[in-house]
Amino acid sequence: MAEMIATRDGFGNEIVELGKTNDKILVFSGDLEDATRAEYFKKAYPTRFFNLGITEQDVVGTAAGASTLGFVTFATSFAVFLTNRAYDQIRMDVCYNNCNVKVVCSHAGLTVGEDGASAQCLEDLAIMRVLPNMRVLCPVDNVEVRKATRAIVAEKGPIYMRTSRAPLPVITSESDPFIIGKANVMRAGKDVTFIACGIMVSESLSAAEILKAEGIDARVINMHTIKPIDKDTIIAAAKETGAIVTAEEHQIHGGLGSAVVEVLAQFAPVPVEMVAVKDSFGESGTPAELMKAYHLKDVDIVQAARKVIKRKK
Amino acid sequence: MPQTAIDIDSLKQKAFEFRKEILEMINLSGSGHPGGSLSAVEIMISLYFYKMKHRPTDPHWEDRDRLIVSKGHVSPVVDVTLANAGYFSKDELKRFRKMGSFLQGHVHTKTPGVEFNTGSLGHGLAVANGIAIGAKLLNKSFRAFCLMGDGEIQEGSVWEAAMTASHHKLDNVCAIVDYNQVQENGLVSEIKNLEPLTKKWESFGWHVLSINGHDFDALIKALDEAEVTKGKPTVIIANTVKGKGVEFMELKAAWHGKAPNAEQLKAAIQELESGRSK
Repeated sequence: MAEMIATRDGFGNEIVELGKTNDKILVFSGDLEDATRAEYFKKAYPTRFFNLGITEQDVVGTAAGASTLGFVTFATSFAVFLTNRAYDQIRMDVCYNNCNVKVVCSHAGLTVGEDGASAQCLEDLAIMRVLPNMRVLCPVDNVEVRKATRAIVAEKGPIYMRTSRAPLPVITSESDPFIIGKANVMRAGKDVTFIACGIMVSESLSAAEILKAEGIDARVINMHTIKPIDKDTIIAAAKETGAIVTAEEHQIHGGLGSAVVEVLAQFAPVPVEMVAVKDSFGESGTPAELMKAYHLKDVDIVQAARKVIKRKK
Repeated sequence: MPQTAIDIDSLKQKAFEFRKEILEMINLSGSGHPGGSLSAVEIMISLYFYKMKHRPTDPHWEDRDRLIVSKGHVSPVVDVTLANAGYFSKDELKRFRKMGSFLQGHVHTKTPGVEFNTGSLGHGLAVANGIAIGAKLLNKSFRAFCLMGDGEIQEGSVWEAAMTASHHKLDNVCAIVDYNQVQENGLVSEIKNLEPLTKKWESFGWHVLSINGHDFDALIKALDEAEVTKGKPTVIIANTVKGKGVEFMELKAAWHGKAPNAEQLKAAIQELESGRSK
């Protein structure tokens, strides 16, 4: 059994590490640093941390202003509040001005759980992805999120990173490479490819094991960067396996699946099935109950795989 | 740069020329925002030709004061000010809003001397606060100015930023509200009244100076007072007239974002000239 850790924890721990040698990192919070784990940074470096209160627009605008002086600034809150409430500030102040601001949000997806639909952000990948200059990341586990946090500090310019509230299985290792925009193939396979991000990568690996018993050999790709999307890896998967299933804890419109089919439609059209939330809001429940009820489980990926393989020419 | 003896007459002469150049460039481009540009002429002159530390030959000088023009639609007054200060040739004013020009429809960093791209209202004060916080962390003495419109401060984000500035005692922030009384569709007082505006800012923890925003003596005095006021941010409520200097534009919402044609330009310049001789 893999170790279970939420990616928000990895983010919180890594910015503390980075802060030891980089005094240009500033962290701004909309009074949710306890939940986003930005409070680890607050405890370590109180003078470089600012809780601006429940004012998401102000958090983003202030972070953008400070970044113009050479600081690497983090704007942190829940995904639903920062990406939705402060969208204009992210578009204008961060992206249009190409500021060195990292928008890092926890509490995305159905795995927010009992707080219900208002807090379960299922649109962030879509609305962040359409903004010029913005890069979009959704790390898969505690090991990867720490590498991603290092990478976004090293990389200049606007970046959105989604972290999880729910503990996720650790499925990558320290020695795995992490490059923004370069997907990692987690499992080789020739009959169908699963392209997933975040929690859906481990569901995809589990689905691949189920299908193995049926003699189906599934490739699994961890698409930790939704933008810029790794075209080469997608095209190779389409050409070599002939069928794709996308899987994301996000609305079916505009997110990872859409980014993948944009590439396929242009460069390598093959049958695709998309596992995602089907244009609805969530509700209260345990993360496990919700993932099952909204068809985001390994068995749903298995079903999608069987369907897409039948559609192969 | 602050001077020991301030020649108010020369500043007044600049104001006359700036207004003329603003109207000429908007006439040439066929679109743009004259009303809020004309109201802010004396404010911009007081900043760039009196108060602010800046170097037109070195726009990115590390220790410069920063101005965030939050009312980004007034690029004409910003462009005319920067050109006259020496950031770029006045010839470029003829290419305002034209494809390929660095003079954009709303304030943009393509223009030498501009600090931040703006256009969507209610953004600038938070950005200025971020600069002020950064300056304090770096132990730098430069200051963050923010020019806002009166209609603009109907945006809630302005008041979020107003709370941040006072809570964090950002005395290196100086906000200026160009209170020209008119917004896109009419009088501010009739659309969403700001009054009592001085009390609003005071209750948000700011040092407030309410002055005549077309009076250089008052502007200079207020900017000086803002600089020496410690422990809290200062806001200068500059009481102005939208479309100032051209009677048929004054306090007329229709001139918020409309270009004068050749005939109107001629009439406007005549009015400016007669106003000057008064």
